[in-house]
Amino acid sequence: MNRNVQLLWNGFIPENPIFRLALSLCPAVAVTTSVKNGVMLGLAVVFVQVASSCTVTLFKSFIHPRIRIPAYVIIIATWVSVIDMVLPVFSPAVYKEVALFVKLIVVFAIIISRLELFASKEPFVPSFFDGMGMGIGFLFGLALTSAIREFFGAGQLWGQDILGFKPLLIMILPAGGFFVIGFIMATFNWLEYKITGKIPASGGGH
Amino acid sequence: MKMTKILIALSVLLAFALLIAGPSAAQTTGSGSFKKDKEIEIPFGIPVDESWATNAANYSVYEKPDPDIRVSPESISLDARRTTATLKFKDALNTAAAYVVEVKDILSEGKVIGSREFLVKKGEAQILFGLLLGAMLINNFVFTKYLGLCIFFGVSQKKETAIGMGITFTIVMVLSAIMCWALYTFVLQAFHLDFLKIIVFIGTVAIFVQAVDTILRKVNPYLFKRLGVYLVLIVTNCIILAVPLLNADSSRGPFASLTFGLGAGVGFALALFLMACVREKLEVSRVPLMFKGLPVAFIVTGLFALAFLGFSGLAIF
Repeated sequence: MNRNVQLLWNGFIPENPIFRLALSLCPAVAVTTSVKNGVMLGLAVVFVQVASSCTVTLFKSFIHPRIRIPAYVIIIATWVSVIDMVLPVFSPAVYKEVALFVKLIVVFAIIISRLELFASKEPFVPSFFDGMGMGIGFLFGLALTSAIREFFGAGQLWGQDILGFKPLLIMILPAGGFFVIGFIMATFNWLEYKITGKIPASGGGH
Repeated sequence: MKMTKILIALSVLLAFALLIAGPSAAQTTGSGSFKKDKEIEIPFGIPVDESWATNAANYSVYEKPDPDIRVSPESISLDARRTTATLKFKDALNTAAAYVVEVKDILSEGKVIGSREFLVKKGEAQILFGLLLGAMLINNFVFTKYLGLCIFFGVSQKKETAIGMGITFTIVMVLSAIMCWALYTFVLQAFHLDFLKIIVFIGTVAIFVQAVDTILRKVNPYLFKRLGVYLVLIVTNCIILAVPLLNADSSRGPFASLTFGLGAGVGFALALFLMACVREKLEVSRVPLMFKGLPVAFIVTGLFALAFLGFSGLAIF
């Protein structure tokens, strides 16, 4: 397989930021009460991840290793400020609900960990695809979680009524987010066990 | 321990300075009080005529900053001694704000006495207490706002580390909340640089954590050994950035910012400790293979979140 395609795939399933690496969990629970919110925040993260991966890989020879963390944070914060100004113009209704989390993309562990582990060492093109893969994996995670929660909690998908009643109201309550993520993680573990025959390690760090 | 004493002394001094500089409330002729979030109680001090007092046209009520937007009471009742009127409203009032009730031509025993104005608001201490309780329990950052989960799952494996992290986090949280408030009010707002607040706040927190790390290493190596590991981790905690942002968005004053930071810190420490207690037990219990580790931790957190829903009944302050 082409390396770039492999990098994309890597972020999508084998190293999915939410379910496998268990990084940046706060938004995964918080904004996933409806698919629209989840996808919007996911797109914002894709943008910030790709843009800051590219920036870091272009400027890596100018950044002194000892001040790299503050430098990365400032780079991320700059791109987050950009998306924070663009999104309210683009879709004000959604922004109203995810505003705090768009600002908090700065402290999402997944972005800075990709900069540290990948973009600061590799050339431009692989960094782009790695950022893209991780971003899309994150988007996928948010979309899956929010689809389950919106469907069972509100009987809707993307704001459209499907069931006409609310089967499990708990799903859109705070607790439901934790339950859904727990069960999806367990499913991923089970799939890995079925496919590779290995008992999975305890599902990532923090 | 010298360091801690100096820190405490400094914060007490700061609090006093702010107390003196804080704005004093404007005086009006009378003051009423909120009963529930839909009722206002007004003491007249003298017995008034019932037919006059229950007429809604004699009252005009508005939120203090905008006198143009009137809220009209749905019904008015007088108590048995005819000295206190209770105004009932259809929609809930914003009890964190101040309301003005203007009463026209008070009629007592057939005589017109004149018009009076009543200021209705909560006491400062009441607002602060509500804010503290809200950040700590009702809207606990971990269980109902889902912030700080990375750290929450990362360091909740042992009670001892949970306590260390909780204490360190609360201290850093309170200090950085007050510092970000000062920066926001005196620098960013003064020069109309609001759009820079994300960059400035995260920079402030990072610099502050680095500074505490360096100072503690030299001044109190014992404490540093206990808490040093957690200090660096704090920068990646969403709560530390969310609190100054929320403070700035609802333009809270210095005291309110400080209280909100304290509530957030204590709430996080509480959540961390509770979780650590459960996870220590989980280590030795028989969990289904696929759920070992993080999945079951998530389910437990969900149960905690359900339990914390119960605190929403505390929102009476």
